[in-house]
Amino acid sequence: MSSVLQPLHRALGLTDAELDDIRQVLSREPNPLELALYGVMWSEHCSYKSSRIHLRRLPSKGDHVLVGPGEGAGVIDAGDGIGVAIRIESHNHPSAIEPYQGAATGVGGILRDVFSMGARPLAVMDPLFFGALDDARNRWLVEGVVSGISGYGNSVGVPTIGGELTFDECYSANPLVNVLAVGALPTDRLALGVASGVGNYAVLLGSSTGRDGIGGVSVLASAGFAGDDGAASLDDAKRPSVQVGDPYEEKRLIEACLELLDHGFVVGIQDLGGAGLVCATSETAAKGGVGMDVDVSAVHQRELAMQPFEIMTSESQERMLAIITPENLKSVTDVCEKWEVRASVVGHVVSPTTLPDGTSVGMLRIRNGFDGEVLAEVPASSLAHDAPLYDRPRQRPSDLDAVRADDPTNDEPVGDAATDLLGLLLDPVWVYRQYDSQLFLNTVVGPGRDAALLRLAGPGLPESKRGIAISTDSNPRWCALDPKDGAALTVAESVANLACVGATAKAVVNCLNFGNPEHPEVMWQLSETVDGMVMGCNALGLPVIGGNVSLYNESGGRDIDPTPVIGLLGVIDSLVAPPPGWDWNDGDAVVLVGHREAAGATPFPLAGSRWATRRGRRGGHLAGFDATRLVSTFNFVTTEVALICGGASSDVSAVHDVSGGGLAAALAEMAAVTQRGVNVSQLEGHAELFAEFPGRFVVATSNAEAFVARALGAGVPVTILGTVGGTTVHLGGLVSINVAEIASRRGAALEEALALN
Amino acid sequence: MARIGVVVFPGSNCEYDAARAVEELGASAEFIFHSSTSLGDVDGVILPGGFAHGDYLRPGALARFSPVMDAVAAFAAEGGPVLGICNGFQVLTEAGLLPGALQKNRGLTFLCQPTTLVVSSTHSVLTRAAQVGARLVVPINHFSGAYTCDDTTYASLVDHGQIVLRYQDNPNGSRDDIAGVANEAGNVVGLMPHPERAMSTLLGSADGRVLLEGFVSAREIVH
Repeated sequence: MSSVLQPLHRALGLTDAELDDIRQVLSREPNPLELALYGVMWSEHCSYKSSRIHLRRLPSKGDHVLVGPGEGAGVIDAGDGIGVAIRIESHNHPSAIEPYQGAATGVGGILRDVFSMGARPLAVMDPLFFGALDDARNRWLVEGVVSGISGYGNSVGVPTIGGELTFDECYSANPLVNVLAVGALPTDRLALGVASGVGNYAVLLGSSTGRDGIGGVSVLASAGFAGDDGAASLDDAKRPSVQVGDPYEEKRLIEACLELLDHGFVVGIQDLGGAGLVCATSETAAKGGVGMDVDVSAVHQRELAMQPFEIMTSESQERMLAIITPENLKSVTDVCEKWEVRASVVGHVVSPTTLPDGTSVGMLRIRNGFDGEVLAEVPASSLAHDAPLYDRPRQRPSDLDAVRADDPTNDEPVGDAATDLLGLLLDPVWVYRQYDSQLFLNTVVGPGRDAALLRLAGPGLPESKRGIAISTDSNPRWCALDPKDGAALTVAESVANLACVGATAKAVVNCLNFGNPEHPEVMWQLSETVDGMVMGCNALGLPVIGGNVSLYNESGGRDIDPTPVIGLLGVIDSLVAPPPGWDWNDGDAVVLVGHREAAGATPFPLAGSRWATRRGRRGGHLAGFDATRLVSTFNFVTTEVALICGGASSDVSAVHDVSGGGLAAALAEMAAVTQRGVNVSQLEGHAELFAEFPGRFVVATSNAEAFVARALGAGVPVTILGTVGGTTVHLGGLVSINVAEIASRRGAALEEALALN
Repeated sequence: MARIGVVVFPGSNCEYDAARAVEELGASAEFIFHSSTSLGDVDGVILPGGFAHGDYLRPGALARFSPVMDAVAAFAAEGGPVLGICNGFQVLTEAGLLPGALQKNRGLTFLCQPTTLVVSSTHSVLTRAAQVGARLVVPINHFSGAYTCDDTTYASLVDHGQIVLRYQDNPNGSRDDIAGVANEAGNVVGLMPHPERAMSTLLGSADGRVLLEGFVSAREIVH
């Protein structure tokens, strides 16, 4: 035996202990093909082996939850016979190496998750995190990722209705590209990724299988970038693990699959994503409690001389696996021919095997020809469900107390508030005008506002006057200081965004982006974040119906700040008029709704604020999470806006959540989009301008007396801040800036930073 | 009730929106798959937006060879109302049913944003119900929307009133701010903006209605 060669199992990303586990499952030595199957299925990306032990603490139940975590997407009952499917994913490492294709295939993959449930994909959102734009490589990443999302999303015919854009040096070598998708289905079209019916066929639909993306989940997604410059030095070595997308293939695949589901030709259906064919066949068989024979020679291939392990683990894009009865084969191939989609029978559903001890287990058998040689034979459930579960060591960072003690709230001197405000404003329109945000005629509120609001309508759906709202939120600045409270406050911030468009929050999906789980501080952050999410979701009555964990976001040994992204789905019962938005009118009273001061010891905490971060100040104590006051404020604002959306007249002309950049940024944004100034007299200094904590809204009203009476009647405190009018934003003697200057600085900030003008 | 055919190429994506818009105006819509060689009995045809055949090679370059395009050309030659929206406009220029071509936007990025259109001529099945000089807010959604043509063609377009819609603020570098053109007879029209996306103030604008209302009822006029 050669001593210089790495053992095969380690080259495939398996540890020595995991190899022993496999030997125990099989009661023999695995062959190389079998090792390759375990290598991808037991990868961190596929098995969640470091995070599952924590994720199971999350609440996932609710009367309206039709499908919870574990399927392609979570599904809620939105009423009127319509289910809404939602899913969030990360495509961080592929995008770090090849930004256009990484981001594009992220969109493609999540759409397949959604239409595998029988839902027509109706919207995409993209939370993006990059390093500072004074670095040329970061500018290249931004342009590549945005054009990848635009190129794929627009062409595949699903509108991109929002997202987030965050810049922080911690993402410089390891950008985050998350993607959320929402779809809708008549509830009776709900499909699951389950194989059943011995004798049924597994049909591979869509693109041919090539060598692209082999090891994507293990080599690429489940390891950090070693070099100090992050992905840059590893481009060449890891680029072959990045998949290449074809939105035209995906568009035809969507239409073909939805037509198959509409006709009832499909028993079960699952997408091929990470870990490719081995994942789809083992998961569908394991869920159905059946075995499956897979013929690698039946898989349509785009390259010559592909090895069985390559065929089984390839992550070639735009492929689905449908389980059908033999009688429907002709009908299925007819539909596929119409849409020019390839269809090949690659698997047979077979009976479970009875073991010597009397138990029965569904075996995944990989064969060369259905009657040919058996190349691999392993229990399907051992691949899909029996990956090891790790409770990795956790350790509170030793410097955390010192970091928290270094609070920027009382820093002196405070500097010029007007300059600070202008530096915080950034309109992401350069990004979102590259996205089709309007397809399907549903977009009532599109990108660039508090939350997106859509009519609940689409091809093949029952008539409804309801709407759905979606937001994505994260705050790595908060979570770096206190992952538990930071995560709870982030959930609250999401609900606040939905309140602005009148929607009641119904379900959460999360994408947990963290560093290396082998670092105990990272596992502590992850565990604390889950606890915070449990606290936030329980307090606000929200189930978590799906999620994704992206670990190993590190480079050169430096982990990213903990970045849990919350995707929140809400419903509004009657949507016949648009919500007020930010369009205040001259003469309106400007009212701060909600508790003016934060819960906790500091009334206006600047810890974790964008104001402080911009000054290089990253310490301090966050606001506390006070569920009672948050719930009453959110309910009041939601009710006020929902009445307007339902067609009622109201004195409320504008509503905006106070979030990143604080009260000053919220007021400046409203002034910028309306070209109308505001005069606010009473402020408690710069800290009140820039403090960030959820539970506050800026509302403009034409009848302050009536509005205040309603708020107080609902037990919600309000503060009259000032009046809309003029061409200047005056904030308590601290800020006085012309509206035109605010609008032009805000509008140009991103393109200037990208050096595009 | 007018019957409007909506052509569906593989890769089309605005076919449902176009159908919903014409149905809202009291017409019926039926999808005509690109492999069909006949339009059936329709009063007008819409080539909707999207990415027909993936826009591979160049937008519209492959779609012009789809079997249905012979039927569209024959229908147009008889004076039937034909409307190409966005990708449909690109297909009509590639098929030679409308003059000129659509190039990549100045700035070389995709643009999805509201635009203000100015009605320049009512001599078309699309603008016949509007007023010259009327300003209509209708969104654009394209990468290749910069209209271009040679000087002879341009002079002819002007002479025959074939420039039907112009942008108030040119977003994409189109020659002479052109947003939509018709053939000389006025029964074939193409435009880059999406009137079907401007059917309701709930979605931001209802200014597309006057255009599509004119189109769905155009057959009576042609006859």
